[in-house]
Amino acid sequence: MLKGLFTTLKIALEKPVTTQYPEQRRPVHTRFKGRHTLKRYENGLEKCIGCALCAAACPADAIFVEASENTDEERYSPGERYASTYEINMLRCIFCGFCEDSCPTEAIVLGDQYEMSFGDRHSSIYTKELLLEPVSGDAETTPQKTKPGEFTRSVPVMQDPQD
Amino acid sequence: MADMVTLKIDQQIVTVPAGTLIVNAARKAGINIPVFCYHPKMEPVGMCRMCLVEVGYPQRDRVTGELVKNEDGTTKISFAPKLETGCTTPVVEGMEVRTTTEKSNEGRKAILEFILTSHPLDCPICDKGGECALQDLTMLHGPGKSRFIYDDKKLFAKHVPLGEMILLDRERCIQCGLCVRFQHEVVDDPVLHFYQRGRSLEIRTYSEPGFDSIFSGNTTDICPVGALTTVDFHFAARPWEMERDPSICAHCAVGCNLIYNIRREAKSGGKTVIKRAMPRQNEFVNELWLCDKGRLGYHYVAAAERLTQPLLRKDEKLVPVSWEEAYQRVEDKLRAEQVRLVTLAGGRLTNEDLFNFHQLNQSQNGKAVLYSQMAGGDLTAQIGLGKGSNFSDMGKGTAILVVASDLHEEAPLWWLRVKQAAQRGAILIVANARPTRLDKFANHVLRYEYGQEAATINALLDGKGKDEFTQAAKAFSEAENGLVIYGSDGLGLNGSEQLVKACAKLLVERGYYGKPNNGLLAVWDKPNIQGAWDMGFHPDRNLKGTLREADVAMIAAADPAGDNPILAQALEETDFVIVFEMFMTETAKMADVVFPVQAQIEREGTYTSGERRVQRFDIVLPHIEGPKSDYQIAAQLGRLMGLSTEDRSPVLVMNKINEKVKGYQEITYSRLAERAEQWPLISRADSYYAGTGYENEYGVGIQISSSADRGEELSLGTLILVEPQEEVATGIKVVPVTALYDRGQLIQPSQILAKRLTPQVLLMHPVLSKKYQLQDGDQIKVKVAGNEIVSGVKLDADVPQDVALVARSNGFPISSPVFVQIQRLVPEPEA
Repeated sequence: MLKGLFTTLKIALEKPVTTQYPEQRRPVHTRFKGRHTLKRYENGLEKCIGCALCAAACPADAIFVEASENTDEERYSPGERYASTYEINMLRCIFCGFCEDSCPTEAIVLGDQYEMSFGDRHSSIYTKELLLEPVSGDAETTPQKTKPGEFTRSVPVMQDPQD
Repeated sequence: MADMVTLKIDQQIVTVPAGTLIVNAARKAGINIPVFCYHPKMEPVGMCRMCLVEVGYPQRDRVTGELVKNEDGTTKISFAPKLETGCTTPVVEGMEVRTTTEKSNEGRKAILEFILTSHPLDCPICDKGGECALQDLTMLHGPGKSRFIYDDKKLFAKHVPLGEMILLDRERCIQCGLCVRFQHEVVDDPVLHFYQRGRSLEIRTYSEPGFDSIFSGNTTDICPVGALTTVDFHFAARPWEMERDPSICAHCAVGCNLIYNIRREAKSGGKTVIKRAMPRQNEFVNELWLCDKGRLGYHYVAAAERLTQPLLRKDEKLVPVSWEEAYQRVEDKLRAEQVRLVTLAGGRLTNEDLFNFHQLNQSQNGKAVLYSQMAGGDLTAQIGLGKGSNFSDMGKGTAILVVASDLHEEAPLWWLRVKQAAQRGAILIVANARPTRLDKFANHVLRYEYGQEAATINALLDGKGKDEFTQAAKAFSEAENGLVIYGSDGLGLNGSEQLVKACAKLLVERGYYGKPNNGLLAVWDKPNIQGAWDMGFHPDRNLKGTLREADVAMIAAADPAGDNPILAQALEETDFVIVFEMFMTETAKMADVVFPVQAQIEREGTYTSGERRVQRFDIVLPHIEGPKSDYQIAAQLGRLMGLSTEDRSPVLVMNKINEKVKGYQEITYSRLAERAEQWPLISRADSYYAGTGYENEYGVGIQISSSADRGEELSLGTLILVEPQEEVATGIKVVPVTALYDRGQLIQPSQILAKRLTPQVLLMHPVLSKKYQLQDGDQIKVKVAGNEIVSGVKLDADVPQDVALVARSNGFPISSPVFVQIQRLVPEPEA
C-alpha cells in the first residue's frame, strides 16, 4: 500500500502532462495524416489531372472526381485533362492516405490539419475550392491562359521519385 | 462436319476442326494466349508477335514417312528452335503447344518491353485506362523494368481528331493495325491507312470528312490501347466507375444488343446519366459491332424539352392537369355513343404497349392503324425468315435477293452481315433503281426504274427478259436456301404492297420458306414494326381519310402532323385527338389531351426485330419525374373502360400476349433472358481477345417461328400484280429514300452527329438539273401538295435521270413518290 501511495505522490508532484488545448497545440508527427490539400505547381497550375485513381483507391469511397478537358485558353493543369469536380466526404474519409499513395502527380497530400467539424452532413463534403491550396507568390490562379504547346504532358517526369 | 484434329496444349488434349488457329484452339480449352493484333473476326497477320508459343510437330522418319516413336512408345515431338506465333499457325494432328514455358514467357516479356519503348505512360488520363489490353497484359506478362532509354520515346502532339467522332493519340498506338484492317476487311470503308514505317508509323485518314465510316466507333472497341477513343466518351468517366445496363438499340429493325454505361454526375446536377453505349455480343444479331447511329444516338433522353405532365386543352390552350383529370376526359369521350375510334401507333412502341393499345382499341371497335410506309408484316409473319436463321450461317448454297433497299443506310448491321455472307460464297442479287454500297459484293446487279419494283421481281420469277435477269433468276432458283430482303427505297405504301406480294410469290414458288435461312425479311424503318403487325396493327393506305372521319384519334409514338401537312389538315378535322409523346411534336400541339411517356431507355419492354427475334430490354436510367410507360397509360384507360388490362408490369402483359398472339406462345421474360453459347468467347477480364465490347449475360432473345415453320396453312391472299397506274402529273417525280443520319426526333439531340446529318436537298442527276437550269448547291422552292418548301439541290450522276431523290424524316414532307413543281430561288444580291 505504501508503495502505491508513493507512486501517487510522485505523480502528483510531477509537472502535469495536460496541454491547454486549443491555446496550446502539440506538434503533429511528420507522417501524420490530416485534412487533404490539392497542391499546385509553382506556376500556379493545379497538379491534379482528374484521373480519379484516388477515388478508385479509396477504401471508404469518399472521393468523387469528374474530369474535363483543358484548353490553352482555359488551363487548369498541365496536359489535356483536369478535375472539374473534386469532392471528398470528410465524414466518410478514414485518413488512410491511399489517395496520396495512388496519385501519379503527387497532387493530393494529407496535411496536418485535424480540426474539422460540421454542422450538417452536407458541409462535410469538401469541394475542390476548399481543397485547393492558394497560389504561391505572384503566380496566377487557374484557369490560366497559356501559350499553345507549352504544357502538353499530364504526368511529369519525376526527377527523383520518392516513395 | 469438318475434319477434326487432336493436339496437346499445355498437357491438355484438345480436339478442334482442322484449320483452327492455335490461339483459338487454346481458348476453347480455357488457355488464354495473349494477343494484340489478332481478332477472331479478322484474318490473322502476326504483326505484334505477342502470341509467341513453343510449337512442336510429330517427327517423321525421312525415309519411311512413319512417325518416330520414343522409347516408351509415345510419338516423338520435335520442337522448333524458335518461338512461333500462335495466331497465324493452324493446328496439325499430333501437335504439341507449350504456352507457359520459360522460353515463351521470355518471348512475351521481350515483346512487351519492345512495345512499351515508345508508349507514353499516361494511363491516368487515358480513356482506355482500366480496360486496356496493354495494361492488362503488361501486368500479367510484362517486365517490371525497361532497358530502353526513357528519353528516346517518340513524342507526338496529343490527340488528333480523325473526323468529329474519333480521336487519335499517335503516341499510344502499338501499330497492331486492327483499326486499318477492320475498316478494310470487315466494313469495306478503307478510310484509314498506315503512313510511314517503323517507329514513325502513324494511322491517317484520307477521307473527307475525316474517318468517313458509319462503323467508326467499333475501332475504339477493338483498339488494344487508347490510341483511338471516341469524342463522346472523352474524359467522361473511368471504366470502373460506371454501371452497366443492357438494352436494345431503338434506331432500326436490326435490334442490336448494347450496354449503356451509366453514372451519377455532379455536372448533371446529381442525375444518373448515360456516359456511353457499347456493343453487347449477340452472334445472332449484331455480333460484336454497332453502327455509329446506335452508339451515339442516345442523347435524346437527356433533352430538356421532355414532356412531364399530362396536358389538356382548355379554352384553346394546352394546360397541365393531373393524370386523373386527363383520364376522366378521355373516358368521357370514349364512353360517348357510337364513337369512331382510330388508334395510330408508331414502330417505337413495345409489344406490351401495342397489345394494351390494341385491347383498348378493340373494346371500342376502333381501327388499329400502324404508322408506317411499308407493307408485308402479315407475310413476314407467315413466310418470314425461318426460325433458327442466322446470317452467320449463310454462305455457299444460299441465294440472297436484296430488292429496293439501300441496306447500308437502312440497316447497317444487316448490310455488314449480308456482305459477309456474300464473301463466304452466298449468291447475292441486288435489285435497285440506283447503285448502292452492296452492288460491289453482288453476283448479279439488276436495275429498274422507280415504280417497277414488283415487275422486276415478277421478271425474276418468270426468268424472262434481259440477259442479266435470266441469269439472276437461274442463280436464285438453283440455290439450296433462298432469302429475299425488301426495303422501302423509293416506295410508298402502295408500291411496297405490290413489291412484297411479288416477293412472297417468288419465295413460295421456289419453296424458300418454312426452314432456317429461308424466307422473307423486311427492312422496317422502326424497331418494332414487326411487333406492331403481330399485335394487330396494319398501315392504312388512306390515312388522311381515316383520320378525318374519326371522332377520337389516339396517336402514340407517331408525328403525322409534323411529317406531312396533309395529315395535319386531316387531324384538324378529327374531333378529339389524344397523343402519347415524349416531346411537344406538331401532332401534340394539335392534341386535346397529351400524355407524357417514358423513353425506351427508362423502361422495360420487348421489341420484335425484323428477323422476328423478340428481345427484351431493361430499365437503364431512372425515369424522370412525371411520364409513364405507354402500356401503363393504355392499361389504365382500359381499366376505366371496364377491361382487365395489365398496368403493373410489362412481364404480366407479356404473359397475356403469349396466350393470345400467334407465334408468341413460347415468349416469357425469363426465357428471353436465356443465354446462348457464342463464339468468339469474349469477357471483360481479357479485353485483349475481342475488344472491349461486353459479353452477353442478359439473354440473346428468341426468334419466333413463322406460320410456315409451324406447318400452318398459309393465307397469303392473292399474290397478283396489279399493273401500276401511270400517274399523269407534271413536274419532277420525287421519291423517298432512307438516310441513316436523318433529322428524326431521336437523332437531332446528338450534337456529335450534327455535321454528318444528311443534307436537306433534292438529289438529282445532272441531266435532270440541266432541264431546270439548276446547279449543285442551288436553293429551290418546291411546291408539294399545296405547300412550299425551300430545299437545296445536290447533283449525283448515280441517281436515275428522271427522278429526284429526297431523304425521309429530313424536313421534306414525303411518304410516297410525288410529283412536285420546283422553282429556282435567285440569291438576293448582297448589299
